[in-house]
Amino acid sequence: MLENLTKKLDSIFKKIRGKGLLTDKNIDEALREVRLALLEADVHFKVAKSFIEGVREKAVGKEILEGLAPGQQVVKIVWKELSRLMGEEGKTIALSSQPPTLIMLVGLQGSGKTTTVGKLARRFKREGKRVLLVAGDLQRPAAVSQLQTLGKGLDVPVMDPGTNKDPVIVMEKGVKQGRKEGFDVVIFDTAGRLQVDEALMAELVQMKSGISPDEILFVADAMTGQTAVDVARKFHEDLGLTGIILTKTEGDARGGALLSIRSVTGAPIKFIGTGEKLEDLEPFHPDRMASRILGMGDVLSLVELAEESYSKEQAEILEKKIRKEEFTLEDFAQQVKQMKKIGGMEKMLDMIPGARNLKVLPDQSRIEKEMKHVEAIISSMTDKERRIPSIINGNRRKRISRGSGTSVQEINRLLKQFYQAKKMLKRMSTGKMKGLGQMMSPFG
Amino acid sequence: MGKGFLKKLGLGLKETRNYFSDGVAALFFGRATIDADMLDHLEELLIGADLGVEVTERFLRDLKPCVERKEVSDLVSLKKKLKKFMVSILEKERSEMPFSVSPKVTLFVGVNGVGKTTTIGKRAQKLKEEGGRIVLAAGDTFRAGAGEQLALWGERVGVEVIRHRPGADPAAVAFDAVSAGLARKSDHVLIDTAGRLQTKNNLMAELKKMVRVLEKAMPGAPHEKILVLDATTGQNALSQAKLFNEAIGITGIILTKLDGTGRGGIVIPIVETLSVPVTDIGVGEGADDLIPFHVESFVDALFEDTPQG
Ligand SMILES: Nc1nc2c(ncn2[C@@H]2O[C@H](COP(=O)(O)OP(=O)(O)O)[C@@H](O)[C@H]2O)c(=O)[nH]1
Ligand SMILES: [Mg+2]
Repeated sequence: MLENLTKKLDSIFKKIRGKGLLTDKNIDEALREVRLALLEADVHFKVAKSFIEGVREKAVGKEILEGLAPGQQVVKIVWKELSRLMGEEGKTIALSSQPPTLIMLVGLQGSGKTTTVGKLARRFKREGKRVLLVAGDLQRPAAVSQLQTLGKGLDVPVMDPGTNKDPVIVMEKGVKQGRKEGFDVVIFDTAGRLQVDEALMAELVQMKSGISPDEILFVADAMTGQTAVDVARKFHEDLGLTGIILTKTEGDARGGALLSIRSVTGAPIKFIGTGEKLEDLEPFHPDRMASRILGMGDVLSLVELAEESYSKEQAEILEKKIRKEEFTLEDFAQQVKQMKKIGGMEKMLDMIPGARNLKVLPDQSRIEKEMKHVEAIISSMTDKERRIPSIINGNRRKRISRGSGTSVQEINRLLKQFYQAKKMLKRMSTGKMKGLGQMMSPFG
Repeated sequence: MGKGFLKKLGLGLKETRNYFSDGVAALFFGRATIDADMLDHLEELLIGADLGVEVTERFLRDLKPCVERKEVSDLVSLKKKLKKFMVSILEKERSEMPFSVSPKVTLFVGVNGVGKTTTIGKRAQKLKEEGGRIVLAAGDTFRAGAGEQLALWGERVGVEVIRHRPGADPAAVAFDAVSAGLARKSDHVLIDTAGRLQTKNNLMAELKKMVRVLEKAMPGAPHEKILVLDATTGQNALSQAKLFNEAIGITGIILTKLDGTGRGGIVIPIVETLSVPVTDIGVGEGADDLIPFHVESFVDALFEDTPQG
């Protein structure tokens, strides 16, 4: 599906390029494709419709006169508008001036609330805050013990609900304990519920008035379909959401539901969940999310991450090298270092549309284990060997192996990996990744 | 099929039925014939149920000549056409076991939070009511509290649960459960697994290993491999179905949370692409909220007139 979309955007690009200025007709054609892209990404049809109208207005307006190809202009306008609608960057949770800050998580069943409670707790704890967790899900079997296990692992206390069956009372007790014992943050888990369940929605309203939370965060699954609009609207109407957390974003879901949720609640997106582990909670970047919804992969993240260790020029030099097949072991070593920062090949692959299908790379755990050795091996090579790896014969391999304290097999494997990576990077720069550079430049 | 079944189905699908039945009826408000504007609304109705662009466009393409020939001109004929379209895709031969095995081993897989554990609890309840002897395997050794969750279901239903310590090898749990099932001459072994996103290669490999180990524990096992899908999921469900199927070969789909406003329309392209039947639907969190899926009655229930008042 991802590939599909990238192709579609490419075809919009091609169709319009060279046709001169944007006309009503070619905008229509492009916007039809954009609409399909949004629908396939699970953006609600009504939201997609009004989005398209917004883009049309902008496209016909002054923004088109920037000396770009019309296709680039449309893509840029679409992407910019989408990023804008996603809201501001870096909206995290502000702590109340009168602690404890009370945070309540709500959402459908299975959206990931309890795990997210654990993730938030970890985050606050690392900031040196004292955190108390309160189990407001007394409904799902073992939800309380799930929270207790998470708390134990983090060394964060979880208030014992005892035999109490009424979550409202339990939560009120949580506030009291939080105040009395001087906690900085109290986080409340709640049972998942359908927004059409009037009784359970009324219970949430009671909870809200019982504890007067500083934040009511709506936890939504990145895979949610068209119904996201109905769900978010009702939760927002009843509770007045103060923020959104999107979960399970590390997979291949395009996450268009987020646009739907944003558009009916207007609430800021505070974090995204990127894995099952408690450290997998990241700040939200509207521009990356826009790329993802459009099926361009997380290209911006990739570029940004590259920029962490490389300057822009360095990145350009690398791109050139790849194109000219001058990619050396030294560059490879740099890539490996950088990959460590990015968090492994797996994550990087997720960010590149279509890259998953290339299947030329070994799996993540293996790569990670080898990373340390790779650095050792490469630093035991001569400059010449790094530049012209083809000269590394048997004798040289033995020498390098002694110098780096690794085996000759490992060196063989590294060289093989290097050639594979080179091949893959080349393929990406000529094939799937083509246009990436072009598309990036107008956004910069 | 008894009246009780149809009633339960009707109640469970209340939200979804309101959507389709009222939605189609609303298309005809203030309109005598099917025109382009109305087809746009019909498109939105189908897209809004997560059927996906491709299936929706195909239906509309099929519909157009019928409208021109006046075969489809009013609410009744449009409903009939829609039903026929859905039934034709959803109707799949169920590959019944050639001979009865015991225990019959069923593996439940799916992404995080779709309702695997709950579905196992519900199915255990049903099989128990039918007089079966059942063993459950707490194969989710990863998520905090998951073993506990299944154990509580085991208690509630009154069936044995095989559990290892947190972090244990899920394949070993599955192996032990099948061994226990064989030793106790059980009729069913239901195996829970940790939720996993279909794109995580290492976790998909873990599932494959579970299947291999099960085959060792009992040749032919697992006899059923059920993919649990959440009806609120959008187009990503197709990727889930494809990748889980590639990994272990799915034999059936259970669609959960149809009691909400998720329409689960994505099962239509899924069933079409994978040729795997939907076996049951989940319509609530209670032990009785699992209903066998019968294509005709399901589709009928979707388009039944909403009772007035
Ligand atoms: N409304 C509703 N909730 C369900 C249904 N099936 C499961 N759930 C709920 O979804 C949540 C996740 O279920 P669980 O079985 O833990 O999912 P798992 O992670 O796939 O094992 C729980 O709160 C369940 O009670 C259903 O058919 N309808
Ligand atoms: Mg589970």
